[in-house]
Amino acid sequence: MITISNISKTYNKGKVTALKDISLTVKRDELFGLIGPDGAGKTTLFRILTTLLLADKGTASVNDFDVVKDYRQIRNCVGYMPGKFSLYQDLTIAENLNFFATMFGTTLEENYELIKDIYQQIEPFKDRRAGQLSGGMKQKLGLCCALIHKPVVLFLDEPTTGVDVVSRREFWEMLKKLKGQGITILVSTAYMDEANLCDRIALIQKGEILSVNTPAKIIESFPEKLYAIKSTKSSGIFKLLKDTRNYPGIASCFAFGDSLHATFNNSSDKGLIKYLHDKGNADVSMETIVPGVEDCFIHLLKN
Amino acid sequence: MEPVIITEKLTKRFGSFIAANELTFEVNKGEIFGFLGANGAGKTTAMRMLCGLLTPSSGKATIAGFDVYKQTEKIKRKIGYMSQKFSLYDDLTVSENIRFYSGIYGMSYDQIRKKTAELLEELQLQSEAKTLVRSLPLGWKQKLAFSVSIAHDPDIVFLDEPTGGVDPVARRQFWDLIYHAADKGVTIFVTTHYMDEAEYCNRVSIMVDGVITALDSPSNLKQKYAAANMEDVFYELARKATRKAD
Repeated sequence: MITISNISKTYNKGKVTALKDISLTVKRDELFGLIGPDGAGKTTLFRILTTLLLADKGTASVNDFDVVKDYRQIRNCVGYMPGKFSLYQDLTIAENLNFFATMFGTTLEENYELIKDIYQQIEPFKDRRAGQLSGGMKQKLGLCCALIHKPVVLFLDEPTTGVDVVSRREFWEMLKKLKGQGITILVSTAYMDEANLCDRIALIQKGEILSVNTPAKIIESFPEKLYAIKSTKSSGIFKLLKDTRNYPGIASCFAFGDSLHATFNNSSDKGLIKYLHDKGNADVSMETIVPGVEDCFIHLLKN
Repeated sequence: MEPVIITEKLTKRFGSFIAANELTFEVNKGEIFGFLGANGAGKTTAMRMLCGLLTPSSGKATIAGFDVYKQTEKIKRKIGYMSQKFSLYDDLTVSENIRFYSGIYGMSYDQIRKKTAELLEELQLQSEAKTLVRSLPLGWKQKLAFSVSIAHDPDIVFLDEPTGGVDPVARRQFWDLIYHAADKGVTIFVTTHYMDEAEYCNRVSIMVDGVITALDSPSNLKQKYAAANMEDVFYELARKATRKAD
Protein backbone atom coordinates (compact mmCIF):
# COMPACT_ATOMS: atom_id res chain seq x y z
CA MET A 1 0.00 0.00 0.00
CA ILE A 2 2.93 2.28 0.78
CA THR A 3 6.29 1.69 -0.91
CA ILE A 4 9.33 3.74 -0.01
CA SER A 5 12.57 3.16 -1.95
CA ASN A 6 15.87 4.77 -1.04
CA ILE A 7 14.38 8.06 0.09
CA SER A 8 16.85 10.72 1.29
CA LYS A 9 16.12 14.25 2.41
CA THR A 10 18.36 17.03 3.65
CA TYR A 11 17.62 20.56 4.84
CA ASN A 12 19.72 23.73 4.86
CA LYS A 13 21.39 23.03 1.52
CA GLY A 14 22.49 19.57 2.56
CA LYS A 15 23.81 20.53 5.98
CA VAL A 16 21.13 18.75 7.99
CA THR A 17 20.25 15.18 7.05
CA ALA A 18 16.66 14.30 7.89
CA LEU A 19 16.38 10.94 6.11
CA LYS A 20 19.18 8.67 4.93
CA ASP A 21 18.32 6.18 2.20
CA ILE A 22 15.10 4.90 3.73
CA SER A 23 13.30 1.89 2.24
CA LEU A 24 10.11 0.44 3.65
CA THR A 25 6.83 -1.21 2.59
CA VAL A 26 3.53 -1.04 4.40
CA LYS A 27 0.99 -3.70 3.45
CA ARG A 28 -2.69 -3.21 2.80
CA ASP A 29 -4.78 -3.01 6.01
CA GLU A 30 -1.69 -2.94 8.17
CA LEU A 31 -1.39 -0.85 11.34
CA PHE A 32 2.24 0.18 10.96
CA GLY A 33 4.15 2.10 13.63
CA LEU A 34 7.07 4.45 13.07
CA ILE A 35 8.77 4.48 16.47
CA GLY A 36 11.46 7.01 17.33
CA PRO A 37 12.26 10.13 19.32
CA ASP A 38 11.86 13.75 18.21
CA GLY A 39 14.24 14.60 15.42
CA ALA A 40 14.41 11.04 14.06
CA GLY A 41 12.86 12.08 10.73
CA LYS A 42 9.32 10.78 11.24
CA THR A 43 7.57 14.00 10.26
CA THR A 44 9.76 14.47 7.18
CA LEU A 45 8.79 11.01 5.98
CA PHE A 46 5.09 11.75 6.57
CA ARG A 47 5.34 14.99 4.62
CA ILE A 48 7.01 13.26 1.68
CA LEU A 49 4.38 10.52 1.60
CA THR A 50 1.51 13.01 1.80
CA THR A 51 3.05 14.98 -1.15
CA LEU A 52 3.77 18.08 0.95
CA LEU A 53 7.54 17.83 0.58
CA LEU A 54 9.84 16.58 -2.17
CA ALA A 55 12.58 14.07 -1.40
CA ASP A 56 16.14 14.77 -2.60
CA LYS A 57 16.55 11.21 -3.80
CA GLY A 58 14.52 8.02 -4.09
CA THR A 59 10.93 7.20 -4.95
CA ALA A 60 7.77 6.47 -3.00
CA SER A 61 4.21 5.50 -3.81
CA VAL A 62 0.97 5.41 -1.88
CA ASN A 63 -1.92 3.26 -3.10
CA ASP A 64 0.10 2.72 -6.32
CA PHE A 65 0.31 6.45 -6.99
CA ASP A 66 3.71 8.11 -7.26
CA VAL A 67 4.24 10.83 -4.64
CA VAL A 68 5.62 13.26 -7.24
CA LYS A 69 3.70 12.59 -10.47
CA ASP A 70 0.35 11.58 -9.01
CA TYR A 71 0.18 13.95 -6.08
CA ARG A 72 -3.41 14.93 -6.91
CA GLN A 73 -4.70 11.37 -6.68
CA ILE A 74 -2.82 10.80 -3.43
CA ARG A 75 -4.27 13.90 -1.82
CA ASN A 76 -7.75 12.59 -2.60
CA CYS A 77 -7.31 9.17 -1.11
CA VAL A 78 -5.26 9.73 2.05
CA GLY A 79 -6.06 11.25 5.43
CA TYR A 80 -3.33 13.13 7.30
CA MET A 81 -3.31 14.24 10.90
CA PRO A 82 -0.17 16.33 11.50
CA GLY A 83 1.58 16.34 14.85
CA LYS A 84 0.81 19.99 15.34
CA PHE A 85 -2.91 20.73 15.72
CA SER A 86 -3.80 22.15 12.32
CA LEU A 87 -7.55 22.63 12.24
CA TYR A 88 -9.17 26.04 12.22
CA GLN A 89 -9.13 27.25 15.83
CA ASP A 90 -11.81 29.86 15.21
CA LEU A 91 -14.26 27.43 13.63
CA THR A 92 -16.45 25.17 15.74
CA ILE A 93 -16.24 21.38 15.73
CA ALA A 94 -19.18 21.13 13.32
CA GLU A 95 -17.80 23.87 11.05
CA ASN A 96 -14.37 22.23 10.83
CA LEU A 97 -15.93 18.90 9.90
CA ASN A 98 -18.19 20.46 7.27
CA PHE A 99 -15.27 22.40 5.86
CA PHE A 100 -13.14 19.30 5.37
CA ALA A 101 -16.09 17.27 4.04
CA THR A 102 -16.86 19.97 1.47
CA MET A 103 -13.21 20.21 0.41
CA PHE A 104 -13.32 16.53 -0.49
CA GLY A 105 -16.73 16.77 -2.16
CA THR A 106 -18.52 14.73 0.45
CA THR A 107 -20.79 15.28 3.46
CA LEU A 108 -20.75 14.36 7.12
CA GLU A 109 -23.77 12.10 6.53
CA GLU A 110 -22.18 10.14 3.67
CA ASN A 111 -19.38 8.65 5.76
CA TYR A 112 -20.98 9.02 9.18
CA GLU A 113 -20.64 5.30 9.96
CA LEU A 114 -16.86 5.56 9.78
CA ILE A 115 -16.50 8.38 12.29
CA LYS A 116 -19.62 7.72 14.36
CA ASP A 117 -17.86 6.17 17.39
CA ILE A 118 -15.35 8.98 17.61
CA TYR A 119 -17.66 11.84 16.68
CA GLN A 120 -20.29 10.90 19.25
CA GLN A 121 -17.76 11.57 22.01
CA ILE A 122 -17.31 15.19 20.93
CA GLU A 123 -20.79 15.83 19.50
CA PRO A 124 -22.11 17.43 22.74
CA PHE A 125 -19.55 20.20 22.15
CA LYS A 126 -20.08 20.60 18.41
CA ASP A 127 -20.75 24.34 18.68
CA ARG A 128 -17.56 24.98 20.61
CA ARG A 129 -14.60 26.51 18.78
CA ALA A 130 -11.74 24.13 18.11
CA GLY A 131 -9.29 26.48 19.84
CA GLN A 132 -11.15 26.00 23.10
CA LEU A 133 -11.06 22.20 23.18
CA SER A 134 -8.94 20.05 25.50
CA GLY A 135 -6.04 18.03 24.10
CA GLY A 136 -8.01 14.80 23.99
CA MET A 137 -10.95 16.42 22.21
CA LYS A 138 -8.75 18.18 19.65
CA GLN A 139 -7.19 14.84 18.88
CA LYS A 140 -10.59 13.24 18.31
CA LEU A 141 -11.73 16.10 16.08
CA GLY A 142 -8.47 15.88 14.13
CA LEU A 143 -9.05 12.19 13.56
CA CYS A 144 -12.65 12.82 12.40
CA CYS A 145 -11.48 15.46 9.91
CA ALA A 146 -8.77 13.13 8.58
CA LEU A 147 -11.37 10.37 8.08
CA ILE A 148 -14.29 12.37 6.70
CA HIS A 149 -13.58 11.47 3.04
CA LYS A 150 -13.08 7.76 3.78
CA PRO A 151 -9.36 7.60 2.95
CA VAL A 152 -7.68 4.30 2.06
CA VAL A 153 -4.50 5.29 3.92
CA LEU A 154 -4.39 7.23 7.16
CA PHE A 155 -1.23 9.07 8.26
CA LEU A 156 -1.11 9.95 11.95
CA ASP A 157 1.94 11.91 13.09
CA GLU A 158 2.44 11.56 16.86
CA PRO A 159 -1.27 11.60 17.70
CA THR A 160 -0.64 10.77 21.36
CA THR A 161 2.21 13.13 22.26
CA GLY A 162 1.45 15.06 25.45
CA VAL A 163 -1.73 13.06 25.95
CA ASP A 164 -2.45 11.31 29.26
CA VAL A 165 -2.56 7.55 29.76
CA VAL A 166 -6.35 7.32 29.71
CA SER A 167 -6.78 9.23 26.42
CA ARG A 168 -3.89 7.33 24.88
CA ARG A 169 -5.53 3.99 25.59
CA GLU A 170 -8.85 5.25 24.16
CA PHE A 171 -7.07 6.47 21.04
CA TRP A 172 -5.46 3.13 20.34
CA GLU A 173 -8.84 1.41 20.80
CA MET A 174 -10.17 3.69 18.05
CA LEU A 175 -7.28 2.79 15.75
CA LYS A 176 -7.90 -0.90 16.20
CA LYS A 177 -11.53 -0.42 15.15
CA LEU A 178 -10.54 1.61 12.07
CA LYS A 179 -8.09 -1.04 10.99
CA GLY A 180 -10.95 -3.52 10.75
CA GLN A 181 -12.65 -1.26 8.20
CA GLY A 182 -10.13 -1.51 5.38
CA ILE A 183 -7.96 1.48 6.22
CA THR A 184 -4.18 1.15 6.16
CA ILE A 185 -2.67 3.16 9.00
CA LEU A 186 0.84 4.58 9.34
CA VAL A 187 1.25 6.05 12.83
CA SER A 188 4.29 7.56 14.50
CA THR A 189 4.99 7.78 18.21
CA ALA A 190 7.75 8.51 20.68
CA TYR A 191 6.10 6.21 23.25
CA MET A 192 7.83 2.84 22.99
CA ASP A 193 5.02 1.04 24.84
CA GLU A 194 2.64 1.84 21.99
CA ALA A 195 4.79 -0.19 19.61
CA ASN A 196 3.23 -3.40 20.90
CA LEU A 197 -0.15 -2.28 19.60
CA CYS A 198 1.04 -2.20 15.95
CA ASP A 199 1.14 -5.08 13.45
CA ARG A 200 4.66 -4.13 12.41
CA ILE A 201 7.01 -1.37 13.47
CA ALA A 202 10.08 0.44 12.19
CA LEU A 203 12.49 1.78 14.78
CA ILE A 204 13.90 5.04 13.46
CA GLN A 205 16.68 7.30 14.78
CA LYS A 206 18.64 10.15 13.15
CA GLY A 207 17.09 9.54 9.75
CA GLU A 208 17.92 5.86 9.63
CA ILE A 209 15.81 2.78 10.14
CA LEU A 210 17.35 0.59 12.81
CA SER A 211 14.98 -2.35 12.43
CA VAL A 212 11.66 -3.32 10.80
CA ASN A 213 9.57 -6.23 12.01
CA THR A 214 6.62 -7.30 14.13
CA PRO A 215 7.02 -6.22 17.76
CA ALA A 216 7.33 -9.89 18.75
CA LYS A 217 10.13 -10.54 16.24
CA ILE A 218 11.98 -7.41 17.27
CA ILE A 219 11.86 -8.55 20.88
CA GLU A 220 12.98 -12.06 19.85
CA SER A 221 16.02 -10.62 18.12
CA PHE A 222 17.34 -9.04 21.33
CA PRO A 223 20.71 -10.78 21.39
CA GLU A 224 21.51 -10.86 25.08
CA LYS A 225 20.09 -12.20 28.30
CA LEU A 226 18.28 -9.40 30.10
CA TYR A 227 17.96 -9.20 33.87
CA ALA A 228 15.68 -7.13 36.08
CA ILE A 229 17.26 -6.02 39.35
CA LYS A 230 15.13 -4.77 42.20
CA SER A 231 15.70 -3.54 45.72
CA THR A 232 12.90 -3.38 48.27
CA LYS A 233 14.19 -0.08 49.54
CA SER A 234 12.06 2.00 47.23
CA SER A 235 13.95 5.27 47.69
CA GLY A 236 17.21 3.72 46.66
CA ILE A 237 16.84 3.18 42.92
CA PHE A 238 19.41 5.79 41.94
CA LYS A 239 21.97 4.38 44.37
CA LEU A 240 21.17 0.90 43.09
CA LEU A 241 21.72 2.15 39.53
CA LYS A 242 25.05 3.77 40.35
CA ASP A 243 26.32 0.75 42.28
CA THR A 244 25.23 -1.69 39.58
CA ARG A 245 26.93 0.36 36.86
CA ASN A 246 30.16 0.25 38.84
CA TYR A 247 30.11 -3.54 38.96
CA PRO A 248 32.87 -4.83 36.64
CA GLY A 249 30.76 -7.49 34.85
CA ILE A 250 27.97 -5.11 33.74
CA ALA A 251 27.59 -4.43 30.01
CA SER A 252 24.60 -2.10 30.23
CA CYS A 253 22.25 -0.92 32.95
CA PHE A 254 19.23 1.40 32.74
CA ALA A 255 16.38 2.29 35.07
CA PHE A 256 12.98 0.94 34.02
CA GLY A 257 10.28 2.05 36.40
CA ASP A 258 10.86 0.44 39.79
CA SER A 259 13.66 -1.86 38.63
CA LEU A 260 16.87 -1.86 36.61
CA HIS A 261 17.36 -3.67 33.34
CA ALA A 262 20.89 -4.96 32.93
CA THR A 263 23.01 -7.15 30.70
CA PHE A 264 26.30 -8.78 31.66
CA ASN A 265 29.52 -9.24 29.74
CA ASN A 266 29.67 -12.91 30.68
CA SER A 267 26.12 -14.18 30.54
CA SER A 268 25.31 -15.00 34.17
CA ASP A 269 26.70 -13.28 37.20
CA LYS A 270 25.90 -14.42 40.72
CA GLY A 271 28.41 -12.10 42.36
CA LEU A 272 26.38 -8.97 41.68
CA ILE A 273 23.78 -9.49 44.40
CA LYS A 274 26.41 -9.89 47.10
CA TYR A 275 28.27 -6.88 45.71
CA LEU A 276 25.11 -4.76 45.89
CA HIS A 277 24.32 -5.97 49.43
CA ASP A 278 27.82 -5.05 50.54
CA LYS A 279 27.27 -1.59 49.11
CA GLY A 280 24.23 -1.20 51.37
CA ASN A 281 21.29 -1.94 49.06
CA ALA A 282 18.61 -3.84 50.97
CA ASP A 283 16.96 -7.05 49.74
CA VAL A 284 18.23 -7.08 46.18
CA SER A 285 16.62 -9.57 43.82
CA MET A 286 17.49 -10.44 40.24
CA GLU A 287 15.62 -12.39 37.58
CA THR A 288 15.80 -12.90 33.82
CA ILE A 289 13.05 -11.13 31.91
CA VAL A 290 11.67 -10.82 28.39
CA PRO A 291 12.82 -7.49 26.93
CA GLY A 292 10.36 -4.85 25.74
CA VAL A 293 10.55 -2.73 22.61
CA GLU A 294 12.23 0.04 24.62
CA ASP A 295 15.03 -2.36 25.65
CA CYS A 296 15.53 -3.25 21.99
CA PHE A 297 15.59 0.40 20.97
CA ILE A 298 18.21 1.22 23.60
CA HIS A 299 20.26 -1.75 22.48
CA LEU A 300 20.10 -0.64 18.83
CA LEU A 301 21.00 2.95 19.78
CA LYS A 302 24.18 1.75 21.43
CA ASN A 303 25.43 -0.02 18.30
CA MET B 1 12.25 16.19 57.19
CA GLU B 2 12.03 19.82 56.30
CA PRO B 3 9.00 20.79 54.18
CA VAL B 4 9.72 23.40 51.48
CA ILE B 5 6.29 23.36 49.87
CA ILE B 6 3.31 23.51 52.22
CA THR B 7 -0.23 23.94 50.93
CA GLU B 8 -3.48 23.93 52.85
CA LYS B 9 -6.81 23.83 51.02
CA LEU B 10 -5.26 25.74 48.14
CA THR B 11 -8.06 26.54 45.67
CA LYS B 12 -8.42 28.35 42.36
CA ARG B 13 -11.79 29.22 40.85
CA PHE B 14 -12.39 30.66 37.41
CA GLY B 15 -15.99 31.90 37.69
CA SER B 16 -18.01 28.86 38.69
CA PHE B 17 -15.29 26.45 37.52
CA ILE B 18 -13.05 25.08 40.27
CA ALA B 19 -9.76 24.34 38.53
CA ALA B 20 -7.91 23.30 41.70
CA ASN B 21 -9.95 22.28 44.70
CA GLU B 22 -8.60 22.37 48.29
CA LEU B 23 -5.13 21.00 47.59
CA THR B 24 -3.37 20.05 50.82
CA PHE B 25 0.10 18.54 50.73
CA GLU B 26 3.73 19.00 51.73
CA VAL B 27 6.92 18.38 49.79
CA ASN B 28 10.20 17.91 51.65
CA LYS B 29 13.64 19.27 50.92
CA GLY B 30 15.52 17.10 48.44
CA GLU B 31 12.44 15.09 47.59
CA ILE B 32 11.48 14.10 44.03
CA PHE B 33 7.76 14.72 43.92
CA GLY B 34 5.74 13.53 40.91
CA PHE B 35 2.68 15.66 40.22
CA LEU B 36 0.48 13.54 37.98
CA GLY B 37 -2.94 14.00 36.49
CA ALA B 38 -4.93 13.62 33.28
CA ASN B 39 -5.03 16.45 30.72
CA GLY B 40 -7.29 19.09 32.19
CA ALA B 41 -7.09 17.83 35.78
CA GLY B 42 -5.76 21.18 37.03
CA LYS B 43 -2.02 20.51 37.21
CA THR B 44 -0.97 23.63 35.32
CA THR B 45 -3.21 25.86 37.44
CA ALA B 46 -1.79 24.36 40.64
CA MET B 47 1.77 24.71 39.41
CA ARG B 48 1.24 28.35 38.43
CA MET B 49 -0.03 29.12 41.93
CA LEU B 50 3.00 27.43 43.49
CA CYS B 51 5.36 29.43 41.26
CA GLY B 52 3.76 32.72 42.30
CA LEU B 53 2.33 33.36 38.84
CA LEU B 54 -1.35 33.04 39.74
CA THR B 55 -3.10 34.29 42.87
CA PRO B 56 -5.14 31.56 44.59
CA SER B 57 -8.85 32.10 45.29
CA SER B 58 -8.56 30.66 48.80
CA GLY B 59 -6.42 28.46 50.99
CA LYS B 60 -2.80 28.84 52.07
CA ALA B 61 0.59 27.95 50.67
CA THR B 62 4.21 28.73 51.38
CA ILE B 63 7.04 28.00 48.96
CA ALA B 64 10.55 27.97 50.44
CA GLY B 65 9.04 29.77 53.41
CA PHE B 66 7.37 32.53 51.35
CA ASP B 67 3.68 33.21 51.03
CA VAL B 68 2.02 32.71 47.63
CA TYR B 69 -0.21 35.76 48.10
CA LYS B 70 2.22 38.38 49.36
CA GLN B 71 5.76 37.27 48.57
CA THR B 72 5.61 36.09 44.97
CA GLU B 73 8.75 37.97 43.92
CA LYS B 74 10.73 36.28 46.70
CA ILE B 75 9.34 32.91 45.61
CA LYS B 76 10.50 33.48 42.03
CA ARG B 77 14.09 33.98 43.22
CA LYS B 78 14.02 30.69 45.12
CA ILE B 79 12.67 28.47 42.36
CA GLY B 80 13.68 27.23 38.93
CA TYR B 81 11.31 26.31 36.11
CA MET B 82 11.62 24.27 32.99
CA SER B 83 9.11 22.79 30.55
CA GLN B 84 9.32 20.93 27.28
CA LYS B 85 7.53 23.74 25.49
CA PHE B 86 9.51 26.64 26.88
CA SER B 87 13.07 26.30 27.96
CA LEU B 88 15.97 27.81 26.01
CA TYR B 89 16.30 30.39 23.26
CA ASP B 90 16.97 28.60 19.96
CA ASP B 91 18.74 31.56 18.41
CA LEU B 92 21.22 32.04 21.25
CA THR B 93 24.28 29.84 21.70
CA VAL B 94 24.74 27.41 24.57
CA SER B 95 26.85 29.82 26.63
CA GLU B 96 24.63 32.82 25.76
CA ASN B 97 21.63 30.94 27.14
CA ILE B 98 23.47 30.19 30.37
CA ARG B 99 24.55 33.84 30.65
CA PHE B 100 21.07 35.14 29.91
CA TYR B 101 19.25 33.00 32.48
CA SER B 102 21.90 33.42 35.17
CA GLY B 103 21.83 37.17 34.54
CA ILE B 104 18.05 37.29 35.00
CA TYR B 105 18.52 35.72 38.41
CA GLY B 106 20.99 38.45 39.33
CA MET B 107 24.19 36.43 39.35
CA SER B 108 27.37 38.46 39.03
CA TYR B 109 29.61 38.32 35.96
CA ASP B 110 32.20 36.32 37.90
CA GLN B 111 29.64 33.85 39.18
CA ILE B 112 28.22 33.43 35.69
CA ARG B 113 31.66 32.78 34.20
CA LYS B 114 32.39 30.17 36.85
CA LYS B 115 28.97 28.58 36.49
CA THR B 116 29.24 28.40 32.71
CA ALA B 117 32.54 26.52 32.86
CA GLU B 118 31.15 24.21 35.51
CA LEU B 119 27.96 23.44 33.59
CA LEU B 120 29.71 22.85 30.28
CA GLU B 121 32.07 20.42 31.92
CA GLU B 122 29.34 18.56 33.78
CA LEU B 123 27.35 18.12 30.57
CA GLN B 124 30.49 17.60 28.45
CA LEU B 125 29.37 20.38 26.15
CA GLN B 126 32.63 22.38 26.16
CA SER B 127 33.06 21.95 22.42
CA GLU B 128 29.49 23.18 21.83
CA ALA B 129 29.68 26.39 23.88
CA LYS B 130 29.38 28.54 20.76
CA THR B 131 26.80 26.36 19.02
CA LEU B 132 23.28 27.71 18.54
CA VAL B 133 20.88 25.81 20.76
CA ARG B 134 18.69 25.24 17.69
CA SER B 135 21.16 22.76 16.27
CA LEU B 136 21.54 20.62 19.40
CA PRO B 137 19.73 17.26 19.55
CA LEU B 138 16.58 17.45 21.69
CA GLY B 139 18.02 15.23 24.41
CA TRP B 140 21.01 17.56 24.92
CA LYS B 141 18.80 20.59 24.79
CA GLN B 142 16.64 19.27 27.59
CA LYS B 143 19.63 18.38 29.75
CA LEU B 144 21.06 21.84 29.21
CA ALA B 145 17.69 23.44 29.95
CA PHE B 146 17.48 21.58 33.23
CA SER B 147 21.01 22.57 34.25
CA VAL B 148 20.25 26.19 33.37
CA SER B 149 17.06 26.10 35.43
CA ILE B 150 19.06 25.21 38.54
CA ALA B 151 22.11 27.38 37.78
CA HIS B 152 21.07 29.96 40.39
CA ASP B 153 20.90 27.24 43.08
CA PRO B 154 17.15 27.38 43.70
CA ASP B 155 15.54 25.53 46.62
CA ILE B 156 12.90 24.02 44.33
CA VAL B 157 12.74 23.32 40.62
CA PHE B 158 9.45 22.85 38.78
CA LEU B 159 9.65 20.57 35.74
CA ASP B 160 6.61 20.51 33.46
CA GLU B 161 6.77 17.42 31.21
CA PRO B 162 10.51 17.81 30.77
CA THR B 163 11.13 14.61 28.78
CA GLY B 164 8.33 14.54 26.16
CA GLY B 165 9.58 13.10 22.87
CA VAL B 166 13.14 12.55 24.10
CA ASP B 167 14.81 9.26 23.09
CA PRO B 168 14.93 6.47 25.69
CA VAL B 169 18.63 6.80 26.50
CA ALA B 170 18.56 10.62 26.76
CA ARG B 171 15.41 10.37 28.89
CA ARG B 172 17.29 8.23 31.40
CA GLN B 173 20.33 10.50 31.34
CA PHE B 174 17.96 13.35 32.12
CA TRP B 175 16.77 11.48 35.20
CA ASP B 176 20.38 10.96 36.27
CA LEU B 177 20.65 14.77 36.40
CA ILE B 178 17.44 14.99 38.43
CA TYR B 179 18.73 12.48 40.97
CA HIS B 180 22.03 14.27 41.16
CA ALA B 181 20.30 17.59 41.90
CA ALA B 182 18.02 15.98 44.50
CA ASP B 183 21.08 14.45 46.18
CA LYS B 184 22.44 17.96 46.59
CA GLY B 185 19.22 19.01 48.33
CA VAL B 186 17.25 20.59 45.47
CA THR B 187 13.57 19.73 45.70
CA ILE B 188 12.16 18.40 42.41
CA PHE B 189 8.51 18.96 41.51
CA VAL B 190 7.84 17.16 38.22
CA THR B 191 4.94 16.36 35.91
CA THR B 192 5.14 13.63 33.27
CA HIS B 193 3.01 11.44 31.05
CA TYR B 194 5.61 8.64 31.16
CA MET B 195 4.43 6.36 33.91
CA ASP B 196 7.78 4.60 34.25
CA GLU B 197 9.12 7.99 35.34
CA ALA B 198 6.46 8.17 38.03
CA GLU B 199 8.24 5.16 39.57
CA TYR B 200 11.45 7.19 39.89
CA CYS B 201 9.77 9.69 42.23
CA ASN B 202 9.94 9.41 46.03
CA ARG B 203 6.26 10.26 46.24
CA VAL B 204 3.58 11.04 43.67
CA SER B 205 0.20 12.72 43.77
CA ILE B 206 -2.53 12.03 41.24
CA MET B 207 -5.00 14.79 40.46
CA VAL B 208 -8.45 14.05 39.06
CA ASP B 209 -10.94 16.81 38.26
CA GLY B 210 -9.15 19.42 40.36
CA VAL B 211 -8.76 17.21 43.44
CA ILE B 212 -5.74 15.24 44.67
CA THR B 213 -7.18 11.73 44.89
CA ALA B 214 -4.00 9.87 45.81
CA LEU B 215 -0.68 10.80 47.38
CA ASP B 216 1.94 8.30 48.46
CA SER B 217 5.12 6.52 47.43
CA PRO B 218 4.83 4.53 44.18
CA SER B 219 5.23 1.24 46.02
CA ASN B 220 2.47 2.04 48.52
CA LEU B 221 0.13 3.18 45.73
CA LYS B 222 0.73 -0.01 43.76
CA GLN B 223 -0.05 -2.04 46.86
CA LYS B 224 -3.16 -0.04 47.69
CA TYR B 225 -4.65 -0.36 44.21
CA ALA B 226 -3.34 -3.92 43.68
CA ALA B 227 -1.66 -2.74 40.48
CA ALA B 228 1.44 -4.10 38.74
CA ASN B 229 2.77 -0.66 37.86
CA MET B 230 2.06 3.07 38.13
CA GLU B 231 0.36 3.14 34.75
CA ASP B 232 -2.38 0.87 36.07
CA VAL B 233 -2.71 2.95 39.25
CA PHE B 234 -3.05 6.09 37.16
CA TYR B 235 -5.53 4.51 34.76
CA GLU B 236 -7.66 3.23 37.63
CA LEU B 237 -7.95 6.71 39.15
CA ALA B 238 -7.96 8.96 36.10
CA ARG B 239 -10.53 7.09 34.06
CA LYS B 240 -13.12 8.15 36.63
CA ALA B 241 -12.61 11.76 35.59
CA THR B 242 -15.73 13.47 34.31
CA ARG B 243 -14.18 16.76 33.34
CA LYS B 244 -12.89 17.09 29.78
CA ALA B 245 -11.78 20.71 29.34
CA ASP B 246 -8.16 21.75 29.66
